[in-house]
Amino acid sequence: MSDIKIKIKDREGVVHEVDAPTDMNMNLMEVVRSYELAPEGTIGVCGGMAMCASCQCYVESDHTLPEMSDDEDAMLAEAFHVQDNSRLGCQIQMTEEMEGLEVTLAPES
Amino acid sequence: MIKTDILIIGAGPTGLFAVFEAGLLQLKCHLIDALPQPGGQCSEIYPKKPIYDIPGFPEILAGDLVDNLMEQIRPFQPTFTLGERANTIEKLDDGTFVVTTNKGTKHHAPIVAIAGGLGSFEPRKPLINNIGNYEDKGVSYFIKDPEIYRDKKVLIAGGGDSALDWSIFLADVASEVTLVHRRNQFRGALDSVEKVQSLKNLGRINLITPAEVVDLKGDGKLEAVVIQKSGDAEEEIVQEVDEFIPLFGLSPKLGPIANWGLEIEKNAIKVDTFDYQTNIPGIYAIGDVNTYPGKLKLILCGFHEATLMCQSAYQRIFPDKKYVMKYTTVGGVSGFDGTKREAPKAVVKAIE
Repeated sequence: MSDIKIKIKDREGVVHEVDAPTDMNMNLMEVVRSYELAPEGTIGVCGGMAMCASCQCYVESDHTLPEMSDDEDAMLAEAFHVQDNSRLGCQIQMTEEMEGLEVTLAPES
Repeated sequence: MIKTDILIIGAGPTGLFAVFEAGLLQLKCHLIDALPQPGGQCSEIYPKKPIYDIPGFPEILAGDLVDNLMEQIRPFQPTFTLGERANTIEKLDDGTFVVTTNKGTKHHAPIVAIAGGLGSFEPRKPLINNIGNYEDKGVSYFIKDPEIYRDKKVLIAGGGDSALDWSIFLADVASEVTLVHRRNQFRGALDSVEKVQSLKNLGRINLITPAEVVDLKGDGKLEAVVIQKSGDAEEEIVQEVDEFIPLFGLSPKLGPIANWGLEIEKNAIKVDTFDYQTNIPGIYAIGDVNTYPGKLKLILCGFHEATLMCQSAYQRIFPDKKYVMKYTTVGGVSGFDGTKREAPKAVVKAIE
């Protein structure tokens, strides 16, 4: 297993290209937190249970993502700033297929 | 004025366990929480989710953990101010504190322990530009007294349990109930979804989906909402309503505590790991709300922090008293309610 590179545009519009490990059972929300790309307490509030939408992001690249669970789908139905390419970062696992992924963090709400 | 020994702000697992450790030291606790029930995130966000890292519990549901904690602290008769948010703190000349909630309830204690988790849960407000102008003038994010909706035209927005449950409840109270949701699907208990379906079929709930409230109208108070319907039948509907209740869940905010003069770092309160005291002597911070080098936001760490905080609080209240920590196996648990739990005495008897 090796690291993959992903691009994350933070809430201020700054793009960060970061290495994400694929062997640590990490998801995108946790990668954002590990690099402190959003202030603690404003992302991953529910800890990754698809129950708060604080890790909402817009997927800008055309990667095939894991299918949305009912929980994630329902959470996005109640979240704000939702677009067609919205996903919850906590539901996107860091796997080799995610190499080159590009996302933008949704505004805090 | 409510008087206590340790005033705990936040009734999550850490705050609740602090009551037990304080009780062992004969200190009384009062808890304030913005939510209407104790348990914090465990009750509000994930009561049905399992936790696997509570020592001694291979698996326990968050809601059950809260129930167990409430049972464990019952002998120490904690008292609660629920549904109110701690707003201001004042240090008196004798070094004690008065904490006042948003509803004006005053609490007096020599020790304040902030166990506020990620903050107090505030309603998530929909992104409608002028919504602030109508708050308490036809717009409310909580339903406190359902009677105020009697014979009114009510519009509820949201797709979760609370939107469904209140639509059902208000169908019997209000003159007209409209439920607006961005999707056709609702997330809620199956019987709630079915009940809304049957009330819709009976014409008692007016369902508008997929749609969103995008604007509010009214002179001085809410008179109508503008609903943007999406999907195949895109249109804009102006509907007369008396009351608009957006129910989009809650999100935690550090809130007024951030202005108490405490050192804040990364949305958390800095503490000394010696006793989890903040930069203001007599004010402690325990659990997810604090930060220090190596901090982990785990319930089990909160329990440890609560324990050390109570020892320090005791020393602060009784600086001249000599005390050593006693094991519950040895000393038992003597409740303020007169109950006593202790290890059964061994039988000394000869075997012949």
